[in-house]
Amino acid sequence: MASYQVVIIGGGPAGLSAGLYASRSGLKCLLLERGMFGGQIVNARRVENYPGFPEGIPGWELGSLMHQQATRYGLESITAEVMALSAGPPYRVFTSQGTFEAQTIIIAAGSEPRKLGIPGEDRLLGHGVSYCATCDGFFFRDQEVAVVGGGDTALTDALELAQHARRVYVIHRRDQLRASQVLQERAFAQPKLEFIWDTVVEEIGGEELVSQLRLRHLKTGQLSTLKVSGIFVAIGLKPNGQRFATAVALNETGHIVTDELMATSAPGIFAAGDIRRNSARQAITAAGDGATAAISAFKYLFST
Amino acid sequence: MAEPIDVDDNSFDEVVLKAETPVLVDFWAPWCGPCQMIAPLVKELASEYQDRVTFAKVNVDENPRSATKFGIRAIPTLLIFRDGQPVKQVVGFTPKGELKKQLDAVL
Repeated sequence: MASYQVVIIGGGPAGLSAGLYASRSGLKCLLLERGMFGGQIVNARRVENYPGFPEGIPGWELGSLMHQQATRYGLESITAEVMALSAGPPYRVFTSQGTFEAQTIIIAAGSEPRKLGIPGEDRLLGHGVSYCATCDGFFFRDQEVAVVGGGDTALTDALELAQHARRVYVIHRRDQLRASQVLQERAFAQPKLEFIWDTVVEEIGGEELVSQLRLRHLKTGQLSTLKVSGIFVAIGLKPNGQRFATAVALNETGHIVTDELMATSAPGIFAAGDIRRNSARQAITAAGDGATAAISAFKYLFST
Repeated sequence: MAEPIDVDDNSFDEVVLKAETPVLVDFWAPWCGPCQMIAPLVKELASEYQDRVTFAKVNVDENPRSATKFGIRAIPTLLIFRDGQPVKQVVGFTPKGELKKQLDAVL
């Protein structure tokens, strides 16, 4: 079994920055990513708030550059999904590509869009069900679509979709929005947006493509049908932390609890980025967390 | 090294539907980040499977007809065709190991 001083779980800005710092300080270090190196920023058409890129930079390019830089100093990176951790230290990391031994672990597994969990959602994914308006909005030119949610992401998505679609329904379970005031003002001023309050989607219908939603009004219980060709789900992000629940303490929202040095409840396990409690959920703060976690891992290895 | 063939709305039938081998078609657009991330994997597969599978890519920005015809509503979408019919599809970024599994299943 291959053994490492640091195993990093997740290849977004947090994990890649941790890998950069850990490998540059001479640690034998492995990074495991199950999907895209770069993580969620790959979906961002343009990142305009990451320092050093005054003109902005496409998210995929920033992610690829981070990966390139991180692997320049001896960091090994592979595509593998982590399934479980043993007790430790040393820890064993069980993955789709085998088991690795780790003296320290940095969990930077990020978060993913929360699903509605209703019939039709999985079956019609990519055929009208989407979690990314900037990615898929293009396909709904002059059509009617729905956005589910009431926060910043929902309104940002709805405003983005209004550039393509003929009409955008915003379906929200309450009678007011959680989104910022600025976004609310912009949304209410956009004539293509129509709000459907106190309502949840119960089923997504359509043979090959989404054609309709079944809605339930929460106050009256009344059922109705809404004809749309797309549904964009924007009900928040879910931390990818459940797999680590037996190894480290999570809070009530499923985020990993850390101190300001990124230490978790388990000796030698650190966490960084979106998966961490109170994360600001920005590429730049994730990168900062990753660097801090790597420095903490280094100190841990050489002080115990 | 085999490269994926750039296919447009006009050449789609000839290159994809009339092909004698299975064809993997990568529907993509320049503004789509995950498409940029999966492109190098498709290129590698094009080399590894070069005698057995034809690889093609369609820019959906410039070729909306082909994308509409096959109900593409998200990119990247990879469709695998055999005898002119789509037999498998992969939606969203997918690691190479999983892509190989999908290809091997149609061979």
